[in-house]
Amino acid sequence: MADMRQDKYPMPEQEPDIRNRNFKEVALGYTKELAMQEAARCLNCKHKPCMKGCPVKVDIPGFIMQIKEGNIEEAYQIIAGTNSLPAVCGRVCPQESQCEEICVRAIKGQAVGIGRLERFAADWHMEHTPVYGTEALIGQTAIKKSVGVVGAGPAGLTCAGDMARKGYDVTVYEAFHEPGGVLTYGIPEFRLPKSIVKKEISILEKLGVEVKVNMVIGKILTIDELLDKHDTVFIGTGAGLPRFMRIPGENLNGVYSANEFLTRINLMKAYKFPEYDTPVKIGKNVAVIGGGNVAMDAARSAKRLGAENVYIIYRRGEEELPARLEEIHHAKDEGIIFKLLENPVSIEGDNKGNVTRIECVSMELGEPDDSGRRRPVTINGSEHLIDMETVIVAIGQTPNPLIKNTTEKLKTASWGGIIVNEETMETSIPGVYAGGDIVTGAATVILAMGAGKTAADAMDAYLRPE
Amino acid sequence: MYKIVSKRILNNSVHMMDIEAPLIAAKAKPGQFIILRIDEEGERIPLTIAGFNREGGTVKIIFQLVGKTTMHLGALEAGDEIRDFVGPLGKASELENYKNACVIGGGLGTAIAYPQAKELHRLGAKVDIIAGFRNKDLIILEDEMKNISDNLYITTDDGSNGTKGFVTDVLKKNLETKTYDVVIAIGPLIMMKFVSKLTKDAGIKTIVSMNSVMVDGTGMCGGCRLTVGGETKFACVDGPDFDGHLVDFDEAMMRGARYKTEEEHSCRLGGYLNG
Repeated sequence: MADMRQDKYPMPEQEPDIRNRNFKEVALGYTKELAMQEAARCLNCKHKPCMKGCPVKVDIPGFIMQIKEGNIEEAYQIIAGTNSLPAVCGRVCPQESQCEEICVRAIKGQAVGIGRLERFAADWHMEHTPVYGTEALIGQTAIKKSVGVVGAGPAGLTCAGDMARKGYDVTVYEAFHEPGGVLTYGIPEFRLPKSIVKKEISILEKLGVEVKVNMVIGKILTIDELLDKHDTVFIGTGAGLPRFMRIPGENLNGVYSANEFLTRINLMKAYKFPEYDTPVKIGKNVAVIGGGNVAMDAARSAKRLGAENVYIIYRRGEEELPARLEEIHHAKDEGIIFKLLENPVSIEGDNKGNVTRIECVSMELGEPDDSGRRRPVTINGSEHLIDMETVIVAIGQTPNPLIKNTTEKLKTASWGGIIVNEETMETSIPGVYAGGDIVTGAATVILAMGAGKTAADAMDAYLRPE
Repeated sequence: MYKIVSKRILNNSVHMMDIEAPLIAAKAKPGQFIILRIDEEGERIPLTIAGFNREGGTVKIIFQLVGKTTMHLGALEAGDEIRDFVGPLGKASELENYKNACVIGGGLGTAIAYPQAKELHRLGAKVDIIAGFRNKDLIILEDEMKNISDNLYITTDDGSNGTKGFVTDVLKKNLETKTYDVVIAIGPLIMMKFVSKLTKDAGIKTIVSMNSVMVDGTGMCGGCRLTVGGETKFACVDGPDFDGHLVDFDEAMMRGARYKTEEEHSCRLGGYLNG
């Protein structure tokens, strides 16, 4: 019998006034007892609707039933059979718009906490299985063919993990000095501890995946050169180029792209300056421009670095905020001030070029635009100035053109994304596949992982001599 | 890990190292740069490639001991290893089809200007080099520059060697009697600004090399952005070479001073190029 409690069992988390002063993880995770209780809310539906919402096709009721019985390692092995980064997904997937959205329990009450349970199983495995039991994962004899993966982010790591599990030799090329992509440089420690990312990657390495860091493909080696070394290549280089607003004052000191701000903090550990050598400046008043998850991450990081007033400045309304509801709630709880229906028009600085104020106009919502959202329209005469020392621009990213510019036959769209056959993720070059933000534009971790998985299946079919 | 194969002290504060990095050595071109990080706690700093040995698989770097990272680097010896060494980054300099070139280096900028002068010389251009230093003790690469130039002019701010004054003084004088089809200026921003001013009036194409503060060096952080001809460009991927007549140097100088306080806190004194 399922536990018919309407709401999820709450997951313990740090109190807002404490956590907004540290970089430790906000959500503390279920205990085994809580996990087993939550698992008992699952109806174990025969038709498994939740699975249709999972881009990496995890057998959700299957693993939840194992947790219900207290068989946590078994639950983990079910997840790990199709998901290369379960501890990551359990934390950062937007489950509310995927598996949990179509959970039968969500019709009346709250969905089963699928993400929380996935996280619990993965964390339990990392804690209790000192030598990660990879034997169970390698089901096949090694195939003497090699795969090159460009970019060690969610798409690349998933593709690498799946190909290794299928028995191929896999080498991942990462431009930074640490693998993980956005999981390492972008998503903050308090939402996704870097020790978790490292453990997930070490599990992949135990599967036989070789990660080469400091390899900027397009510069040190080209895609054509990788094709000489490998039988097939996957490109998962993400959307790494920051977009700016193109308003006066944007090059003043104190204006960061969210990428730079978060990379300094997450990858370079600027929040531990001077123990680590990379600095980051913050000031008393911080404006984050944009309303997505990256904006929330930047705002919450700024608060933790000691800023007194941190504003989210977004040109549309509350309902249009693209960030996950959970992230918006977390930000509000931590004291982030939302200035909605406001649009920056210029940034002012002092004689040393440091930001002093930001000028905004107020907006109102008009008719829906091409995106279906109501278009923000400037209210005449509404210009006003706000004191500010730091401005973080989080209005989106575009693909990095390094590979496009150095790979002649690679077809790309006008906005810079790589064009693929959506069923196989194959590019215009036979044997070269691509997936994740480099194909779709900036999206989510799990969609990138789904693309990596689809590509791995197609690459396997391409390489098998049949 | 990347091994330091050899080390040479050029002057009290400027060191030269050959780093074992065969894949980078195979691809490097004049004008490109690398990013290095000494250890786990280290910051990533960009350094221009000062030379490379494709057969030996080494990349040459020249750096001034001005900040925490460069001082730490300077304390390492041949045989020691550096944790991260990434490249070759940025666009290579376009040095073809010039007949009369003037290459100007200021302080440590001379180390970056040298490979460009060498390449111009190899491609058959007549090369004048003007290299400026604060005093005679800081002069570097004099013999190397002599070997690949038609005329080498050394200036020192205090007159302790060569012409007393700035590189712009020599350039101004040369422009009275000579014609150049290109001027390449590499050094402190203030030097590049005034060189560009002179050559703009004279109508001579001028290339400058912008070494901005950056994190990744691949276009990701945007920290190295500068205004060129009214447009925002990234030094790391659009440069580091830009048309000196179009660069907004005042903005670049302001941005270059961004982390001054923290650098001092981290026992740094200034940008690594302020030689």
